[in-house]
Amino acid sequence: MLEMKHITKRFPGIVALNDVSLSLKRGEVHALVGENGAGKSTLMKILSGVYQADEGELLIDGEAVHPTRTRESEKLGINIIFQEFSLVPDLNAYENVFLGREIRTKLGTLDRRTMRRMAREALDRLDMHFPLDCPVAELTVAEQQSVEIVKATIFKCNFLVLDEPTATLTPREVKKLFEVIERLKALGVGCFFISHHLEEIFEIADTVSVLRDGCHVHTGPVAGCTQDELISKMVGREVTQAFPPKRGTADDAEPPIMEVRKLRFPGSDDISFEVRRGEILGVAGLVGAKRTESFLALIGRDASIEKEVLFQGKPIELRSPHEALSHGIGYLPEDRKRTGLFLPFSIRSNIVISTLNRLTNKLGMVLPREEKVLSDRFIQRMRIRTTSDLKTVSELSGGNQQKVIIARWLASNCKLLIFDEPTRGIDVGAKAEIYVMLQELAAQGLGVVVISSDLPEVIGLCDRVLVMRYGSIRATLTGADINSEKIMLYASGGENG
Amino acid sequence: MGEAAASGTTSREQPAGLVGLARAAVARPEFVSFVALIVLMILTATMNENFFTVDNLMNITRQVSTTGIIAVGMTFVILTGGIDLSVGAIVALASTLMAGMIANMGFPFWAAALVAIFGGALTGAVSGFFIARFALPPIIVTLAMMEIPRGLGLIYTNGYPLPIDRDFGFLGREYVLGLPIPTLIMLIVFAAAYFVLNRLPIGRYVYAVGGNEDAAILSGIRTARIKLMVYAISGFTAAIAGMIQTSRLLSGQPNSAIGVELDAIAAVVLGGTAITGGRGHIVGTLIGALLLGVLNNSLNMIGLSPYSQRVVKGVILLVAVLIGYLRKQNSR
Repeated sequence: MLEMKHITKRFPGIVALNDVSLSLKRGEVHALVGENGAGKSTLMKILSGVYQADEGELLIDGEAVHPTRTRESEKLGINIIFQEFSLVPDLNAYENVFLGREIRTKLGTLDRRTMRRMAREALDRLDMHFPLDCPVAELTVAEQQSVEIVKATIFKCNFLVLDEPTATLTPREVKKLFEVIERLKALGVGCFFISHHLEEIFEIADTVSVLRDGCHVHTGPVAGCTQDELISKMVGREVTQAFPPKRGTADDAEPPIMEVRKLRFPGSDDISFEVRRGEILGVAGLVGAKRTESFLALIGRDASIEKEVLFQGKPIELRSPHEALSHGIGYLPEDRKRTGLFLPFSIRSNIVISTLNRLTNKLGMVLPREEKVLSDRFIQRMRIRTTSDLKTVSELSGGNQQKVIIARWLASNCKLLIFDEPTRGIDVGAKAEIYVMLQELAAQGLGVVVISSDLPEVIGLCDRVLVMRYGSIRATLTGADINSEKIMLYASGGENG
Repeated sequence: MGEAAASGTTSREQPAGLVGLARAAVARPEFVSFVALIVLMILTATMNENFFTVDNLMNITRQVSTTGIIAVGMTFVILTGGIDLSVGAIVALASTLMAGMIANMGFPFWAAALVAIFGGALTGAVSGFFIARFALPPIIVTLAMMEIPRGLGLIYTNGYPLPIDRDFGFLGREYVLGLPIPTLIMLIVFAAAYFVLNRLPIGRYVYAVGGNEDAAILSGIRTARIKLMVYAISGFTAAIAGMIQTSRLLSGQPNSAIGVELDAIAAVVLGGTAITGGRGHIVGTLIGALLLGVLNNSLNMIGLSPYSQRVVKGVILLVAVLIGYLRKQNSR
């Protein structure tokens, strides 16, 4: 039995886990659900030794353990398969399985025959089939996942964590995966199963636990529980309450601020849509729907992609983000740390970087005083909590970092803003502030696009919703049609999907 | 101005006034090299009375000037997260080109210097073009460009030094305002770089490209232009160094400046600029270059053999980088 007792984990400005106690028995499938940012990933990272808990302890069969790196937790029999696979694309399946723990012959050379045989046996044990000898880059996503499962279970594995394992699988592959999980269960492996798809939980899990804002709010058997109960526990409030009232759809008679026609990139259909002044346009879809790719293509992140764009009635070319920005179209990236922030820079530098050309004197020199005025104005307006605008942005909490990014694009006077996952991984308070601000922007007559995987957010915030699947728009919803059933229906390929 | 961005210092609230300034100075990554520089100077002065003379100190700054000027361009490149191995070859090309124009074509000194410097910038821009346009790794592109310009110089001179008239030695040998002209040129180049990096938008973009290239692109910065520009600047400063050297040696030298790229990189790194880009300061590079120059000079004065000098230099570089790394860890 694996037990987590009174686990608390703090990050600067946020309590990611607050006194969470969970346990996992051998041969049990234990589903873990919660909204984005509820603390699921943090909890799993503590299990795998990536993070250490500030308080609380980890017990295996009643004995306290303290893994401080993944290798240690693997030795304890805890294995995790993250959403993003950790395979080396150019190595073949069994080389990946034994990576870093290769079996050697007496001479110290690689014992390929034994490794291959062991991998084959593991496959047979779980009744999985994939080629062992070709580079894993040539395998399908489902096959790569199978490689991960073999990798996780080939040595000692008593507990397995599957983080969103079904997100990128087809329904048939999901069914196959569940069969594998059943077999693991029969072999006495305990599984934590993290998923946003509640119906899957009822299919595969024995027990379900709910996390909300870092707190453990529910644990119970899946049998006798309903989806609605789980949702209300996950959300913990009437969904609509967190959102300011909608303003309603913008005036249809007025020409749209932007029309996009025949946007097309590898792996997509022709994408056409419009954005109206004063509305919040939502873009919903599951992982793999290519929402981010579509909008990066729109702003010209890849110059070679063809499309027709009418902006404020005029045809324009968008061959680079620079060109998009000069027309007043801004894209706020989903991955703050990777593509949004300049982490070693100050808050001030992060805010003014897109606006520097306007903060110069006649000789083209940047004026520090103007920079300070501008950054202070947005620190106030966005209510960024900091003691100084010269503080390094990496020291801020996730919510405040997100506000810094928003401030950068607001400062650049855009007429149309595309927000990609604007509230991912930030706390509830900051979320609410960002929602109010998005509505203010729409009310001021800007075009606002919100790409979001957070269903309550899409439903509560957006006036019109595009539902995407596999690089095409499957539905455009308005008014009462914006509900989770309709969105999930089109996003998961129902209704001639 | 974005001090925190420019220097990479942490930005906890600092008390105003001298105390605050002092603390900020100590927190800077180049502080280690600064202390090393002072300690080294004091040590050498106690061991050899000839060290702390105006003549010797002037001499050091003149010796430093070539590496220092090249290190300015190198700082731009490294701030974007790149590297430029071609600078030594550009020094050689600029030198032979300039000597050839003076000796064989009768160009006046200044015209030959201008053409050579422009040619250097163009050569750097060729590297920049391949790096920016095709996203090729800088180390590979400039490795190739280490060969081409030097090869052209060797072809042009047939491998021999190309002498010029004694009259052209003034730039490398004379003094203005009590300073050797090379020293003066170096100070001007550093001042110009300081201005560009800290006062012009493109300077900030240099930091942004190295700080997070993807974020820079999405923020509307034309990163390809910035990259092209920094390699052109690096070629430009290398050619200026080539000009000084031609005048000082009274000849175009196709085999000169071999390995100077490594000294320049060492100066930049000793100056606290992160080799991964995005963090660093041009003043640090000056300190780094001076440290290397003083080290050369003082090891000679102490009477250490040239062989031992290399060992000592390597050890000091390693230790300085290690201390910088440990300080960074501690400030987290």
